Amino acid sequence: MDNPEHTRILQGMKNASDILIVGGGLNGPALALAMAQTGHTVTVIDALPPGAAEAEDFDGRGYALALASQRLLNQIGVWDAVSDHAQPMLEIKVTDGHAGRGPSPFFMHFDHAEIEEGPMGYMVEDRFLRRAFNAAMQDNPRITVLREARVVAQEADATGATVTLEDGETLRGRLLVGSDGRQSGTAQRAGIKRTGWDYGQTALVCAIDHEKLHGGVAHQFFMPPGPLAILPLPGNRSSIVWSERTDTAEAIHALDDEKYLQVLRPRFGDFLGDISLAGKRFTYPLNLTVANSFVGDRLALIGDAAHGMHPIAGQGLNAGLRDVAALAEVLTGATRRGEDFGSSLVLGRYQQWRRFDTAALVAATDVFNRLFSNDNPILRLGRDVGMGIVGSLPGLRRGFVREAAGLTGDLPRLMQGKQI
Amino acid sequence: MQAPQSTVDPSEIAKFEAMAAEWWDPEGKFKPLHMLNPCRLDYITAQIAGEFDRNLKSSDPFAGLRILDIGCGGGLLSEPMARLGATVVGADAAERNLPVARIHAEQSGLNIDYRHTTAEALAAAGEQFDVVLNMEVVEHVADPLSYLTATRQLLKPGGLEICSTINRNPKSFAVAIIGAEVVMRWLPRGTHEWSKFITPDELYDLLQQAGLTPVDRKGFVFNPISWSWSISDRDLSVNYVTASTKPL
Repeated sequence: MDNPEHTRILQGMKNASDILIVGGGLNGPALALAMAQTGHTVTVIDALPPGAAEAEDFDGRGYALALASQRLLNQIGVWDAVSDHAQPMLEIKVTDGHAGRGPSPFFMHFDHAEIEEGPMGYMVEDRFLRRAFNAAMQDNPRITVLREARVVAQEADATGATVTLEDGETLRGRLLVGSDGRQSGTAQRAGIKRTGWDYGQTALVCAIDHEKLHGGVAHQFFMPPGPLAILPLPGNRSSIVWSERTDTAEAIHALDDEKYLQVLRPRFGDFLGDISLAGKRFTYPLNLTVANSFVGDRLALIGDAAHGMHPIAGQGLNAGLRDVAALAEVLTGATRRGEDFGSSLVLGRYQQWRRFDTAALVAATDVFNRLFSNDNPILRLGRDVGMGIVGSLPGLRRGFVREAAGLTGDLPRLMQGKQI
Repeated sequence: MQAPQSTVDPSEIAKFEAMAAEWWDPEGKFKPLHMLNPCRLDYITAQIAGEFDRNLKSSDPFAGLRILDIGCGGGLLSEPMARLGATVVGADAAERNLPVARIHAEQSGLNIDYRHTTAEALAAAGEQFDVVLNMEVVEHVADPLSYLTATRQLLKPGGLEICSTINRNPKSFAVAIIGAEVVMRWLPRGTHEWSKFITPDELYDLLQQAGLTPVDRKGFVFNPISWSWSISDRDLSVNYVTASTKPL
């Protein structure tokens, strides 16, 4: 081919898809599968090498998938590969604990039997989710995954976005989606600024093997330094998410395994019998960062790139999957109407849908945390009474269960368990 | 899809590009049309899919259909029809709209035949279409019956016409004229003359007199709480739409 212009166009065609997704974590692949299902071609650009995120052994990371998120995974065809490794969450017990003094007499108990939809959610290990996503993407002829590919530049024009990779290759899409985490380079390159708060707290995350059965019960203890959650994994194993003031957390994280366990044990008592560590330990500084806009020219942000949330109630991935479901529904609706799905007109609908939900969730999570991380005796009395009231009113309690299951608000179709 | 050659005078292009950008700015002067458009498209696409047995979930569902968009403006309906695979003619009596529409289609990589003409002239030339989109035009014409008769002549037998307009009652006066033109300033003052508005029953009569068979009518309802439009089976009190077929 001696016409360079023609060669360039052909090259462009080869690298063209409807949607370019930057980020190969969990939300990016979920969106890729949802959009491929409605007939779109997708390229996922992942900075990590192949298999990097797929640990063979359990590495200690797990997710509390709300029922709504589980439905989405089912609709996009990955749940079957995950379900054998998923632990249904049948009950949630919330206790206003106080280290060394035992729990207060007031606590809330939420049982999935109060709603007809089923368990409130499922605990799934990170490795099984990633494996299922990668297998499903590999099998899908509409999805191309580029590994160890780093975006160095991006540009939007009237009909789409072009990204340039580190090796000089260019890719073209009608829409660029940033699913590249709380420090999203995609958002930065588009000039989208972020608003953030730092809690001065750090989450300690680990998994434990325990002697006694957990019975599918998730526990949330609220203690003055910060909350502690025990989330049931398959078998006699649970995931622990526990937050402390950052200096304390760092000191605890530096301890050896046995000393670490000595700190952990008294915080939730002995109801699970003897405990030992399973897998690695992680720390995550707790801060909140929200992009000032979820959309730009030919650009949409999802997951932590849009809103990095305090993982207090395990809502990070659930909120991200809600972005996925909403964006897939908005884009697919536009395609079927003949609209240009990457236009600001269409992206505005996604922004309108998700910004409000997110603002509400961010505010609630923030207030919840501030209220429960405080040892002020008046606040403590107030929340104990509050928990007593919520716990004794079935209607209110049912509301909380539905909230925990992710069934409230303007629920996208995939999260209602329906195809788009 | 091959973009059409632009026939616009180069010195005018910058001006028309600015106008095209304005037509297509969701927050701009045509904001009310952009807000209403998804609703109009939902109705139009569902009616066409039903009439011609097309699946909107497939790619290019309207392939092989020839569609006329009367009063095409910047191409807010023509472009989606082209994107769904139809062969589209966009007609507008306002000459200045056409280069605007052409430039935007070219930018979007769509092939649309935009013409400065009227329904009557197209009918006189013997043009034939599977679908005629006659949206928010009938309330602006001097003689609705002769206009609708021309639109019927443009249809192939078994063809489909979608016609939308504004009802005539105190509420539509309050909403469409006082609300949209005076209070919200969504539309320029004098865009609509209330006396030219047509009730759904009157429109059904006119369509029948023009030789069409009305088969469906729905309301487009604006919800000021959610700030969005939706399709209603019952509320045809202000904006509404009809579907009619031309007998075989």
